[in-house]
Amino acid sequence: MSLHTTLRKGASSVFLRIEEALDGPFGGADNPLRHLGALGLYLLWVIVGSGLYLYTVLDTGIDAVYSSIGYLSLEQWYFGGVLRSLHRYASDGFMLVMTLHLIREWCYGRYYGFRLYSWMTGVPLLWLAYISGIGGYWIVWDQLAQLSATATAELLDWLPIFSEPSARNFLTPDSISDRFFTMLVFIHIGVPLLLILGLWAHVHRISHVDYLPTRRVMLATLLALIVLSLLQPALSNPPANLALIPGELDFDWFILFIHPLTDLTSPAIVWLLLFALTALLFALPLLPHPAPEPAAVVDPANCTGCDRCLADCPYAAIAMQPHPLRPGFKLAVVDSDLCAACGICAGSCPSSTPFRRRETLVTGIDMPQQSIHALREQLEQALAGLAGPHRVVVFACARGAEASTLAAADTAVLPLLCAGMLPPSFVEYALRGGADGVLLNTCRAGSCDFRLGDRWTRERLAGEREPHLRRTVPAARLQLCAAGAGDEGTLSAALNDFRARLDNEALAGEQLPPYLRRASNHA
Amino acid sequence: MPKPVAIIGQVILYGAFAAFIGYFATSPKYHQVADDVALIKLSISHLGERECRKRSPEELAKMPPNMRAPLDCPRERSDIRLEVDLDGQPILQTVMHPTGLYKDGVSTIYRRFEVKAGSHQLAVRMNDNLVKPGFNFVKEERISLKPHQVMVIDFNPDQGGLFFR
Repeated sequence: MSLHTTLRKGASSVFLRIEEALDGPFGGADNPLRHLGALGLYLLWVIVGSGLYLYTVLDTGIDAVYSSIGYLSLEQWYFGGVLRSLHRYASDGFMLVMTLHLIREWCYGRYYGFRLYSWMTGVPLLWLAYISGIGGYWIVWDQLAQLSATATAELLDWLPIFSEPSARNFLTPDSISDRFFTMLVFIHIGVPLLLILGLWAHVHRISHVDYLPTRRVMLATLLALIVLSLLQPALSNPPANLALIPGELDFDWFILFIHPLTDLTSPAIVWLLLFALTALLFALPLLPHPAPEPAAVVDPANCTGCDRCLADCPYAAIAMQPHPLRPGFKLAVVDSDLCAACGICAGSCPSSTPFRRRETLVTGIDMPQQSIHALREQLEQALAGLAGPHRVVVFACARGAEASTLAAADTAVLPLLCAGMLPPSFVEYALRGGADGVLLNTCRAGSCDFRLGDRWTRERLAGEREPHLRRTVPAARLQLCAAGAGDEGTLSAALNDFRARLDNEALAGEQLPPYLRRASNHA
Repeated sequence: MPKPVAIIGQVILYGAFAAFIGYFATSPKYHQVADDVALIKLSISHLGERECRKRSPEELAKMPPNMRAPLDCPRERSDIRLEVDLDGQPILQTVMHPTGLYKDGVSTIYRRFEVKAGSHQLAVRMNDNLVKPGFNFVKEERISLKPHQVMVIDFNPDQGGLFFR
């Protein structure tokens, strides 16, 4: 195992433990660590919203800019001051969340293969975010702005890009004119617009994007930032004076850390670090990684063009084209570069029902590494071998808790590429084929490696999404569990609880009529 | 986790998030230079001289009337030699090269020198035509710098060459 892999695995283990710990108070859906991208986007909208107000009241003159922003904080503290503080703290939060998002995706190995595009388009956003943030601090034109502007100019001058040192623009108080602030405002609006455009590209190849976290997370985050804004309003440092070196300053370490780093080292070292880090991030996907799993395969004869796989694919890897054999019908087409090989499409296909009588079950879209036919074969063999008073079939996501240890005479375990690849009709098929109960294990809520597997599974079983589980299936005979990797104890406990429930005599009457496919009819 | 405990946990964690942001948005305070330090910024942007040759009357006569410039000047500019001494000690000795592919642009320099506040003897010497020996611009002065004061060494031929401000 390479050093990088060891490092990544170690970091992912730490990240996972923290995430799981936060599942306790927050639950999966509201766990901010599981929705860092959406939380970042939300913070960006807070920044944009508060920034629009600041833009309307900002007076872009050398002295006026300082006093107009100061007026907000001192005279209009209850509204303008809060919005200014929100603007600043949401920006800091955005930087923090963006960094955590980057580390998390790296930890979990989500930067190569079908995620390559999102990773590559995400890296430049780091630069745009910091350019926006640093430029924003200059607009206030206080001593912190002076320090940042001068230090940035000196840093830029190390690169051979200007014929004259840009730091000459900040030599003396009369070096600065009102036009500088007009330009700054345009930069501080233009670069964030580029950032938003880049974010659009960043999520372009993902379907069902979480543009916002849950309402509860949004409200709680906003409330936390408003309380912070009231308790510790964002204020300006003393006004800039280029004839003096700034003294001791309140310093934003989230955005401006690069200046102390330059003072501590040198511009050469800082540029080397920045370019090396950027190059490293771009180069990460080039490191050796496991070969991609085979992509989903469409069988035109069995594809009805129903669009369900298109609707469910988490990575927009499926497109619909006119069916070559059936005029007026559509055919699913898989882009293998984007396919995550999760099998969610196979789970969504209406042709994936095991009740079809054909000996070889060929569905509309299938996974070569674990076909629906093979899954039915496995299930039928397992059902035939089950014995005991309460025979349970466990369908388990291979990326969730290790379920193979649960296998016993009365328990059959069938691993799945992702819980989302299980067509709900398999639950009914198992119950009518001899099982007394079916336990389906997904990853923890909101932690599906393929983003949507757990969500689609829950919605399909609840009848909220097609293909749905038929209502005739007794709910008491189905147990849904969300035990991620490492949660083997939770899964085992869920199985024991389920067995205890199956002991309930009241369930005896809730038996589905048996179905024997090979008898070609309902038994 | 029971709901009341979960809610308390969420309040604590959101509070910690806000406190973390609130703290590092302003703290620890940053002090770029010590209290008893002043700054001398050396910033010069100047076109080096060209060594021009005066054309003879015969040469001018051979040229088309509209091109009879009395001086034949090369495109390239001279390097500029610059020396700065503080309290008799050299703190900078450099040669500035002209910018541009044809070395016909300005020669520039920007340096910061952090010095103790107080009185200092500052001497700056510059030669913008290295064909000639010595320094054609010299500025030497006793300066008095207050703590955190920024003093700029600049050059403007219209203001008599080197100047301090």
